[in-house]
Amino acid sequence: MDWGLVLFYFFAALAVVGGVMMITRKNAVHSAVYLVLTFVSVAGIYILLGADFLFAVQVLVYAGGIVVLFLFVIMLVNLEESRRLSGGKLHLAASAVLTCLLFGMLATLFGRVAVGQPSVAAPLGEGNLQLMGIALFRDYMLPFEVVSLLLLVAMIGAIVLGRPRA
Amino acid sequence: MMTSFLPLVAAVLFSIGAVGVLVRRNAIVILMCIELMLNAVNLTFASYSYELRSMTGHIFIFFVMTVAAAEAAVGLGIVIAVFRKRQSADVDDVNLMRW
Repeated sequence: MDWGLVLFYFFAALAVVGGVMMITRKNAVHSAVYLVLTFVSVAGIYILLGADFLFAVQVLVYAGGIVVLFLFVIMLVNLEESRRLSGGKLHLAASAVLTCLLFGMLATLFGRVAVGQPSVAAPLGEGNLQLMGIALFRDYMLPFEVVSLLLLVAMIGAIVLGRPRA
Repeated sequence: MMTSFLPLVAAVLFSIGAVGVLVRRNAIVILMCIELMLNAVNLTFASYSYELRSMTGHIFIFFVMTVAAAEAAVGLGIVIAVFRKRQSADVDDVNLMRW
């Protein structure tokens, strides 16, 4: 029995369940907790794909950082919702139809794209972090610097937006 | 086997995020749904990166994560700014470009 495959199906199912629960919960705090479930499942899939650096970043940045940020804002904003869903029946029906269309398009596209011969060689596996560092700091040096600038801009923007009006 | 099934999982997650963005009213939950969609895209990147034995997908995931973090910070800042003005984080209450 291939335990990798079993774990993969387990994590995939967990991610989907977490997503569905997230969009159906009334309380935003519950949504955030289910979002953590999805993020952790995706992190598990990263491990199975041999992407250990991405696993670490996923857990630290998403499950650790972004969700905590969401929870803080939920507690600051403290909303009680009268209605959970937006718009009327027409809006919901149109949303459902559009999403089904979108899913159909994606599924056919992914079904058609032929990926290369699945080889039995070890996955990116060992030395993954080293490979990532080399790629990041040699081939993608400029994007890396631009992204650091983006983070600075986002930080300043968040501070300016969150500052109380004088 | 695993990687032929994985893009389909990503498509499901992306669709869940899309329907959440379309039907929910709470701006914070909408931002969470956007994060979910970005995660779905990342899964696709990881899957093809594994299949093609290439590091490029991982690099892209790294950048997507960075942009997602920036987006969450600015988006939640906007939610707080709107809440100060309107006492609500409901997207249906924010239907004017200016007041």
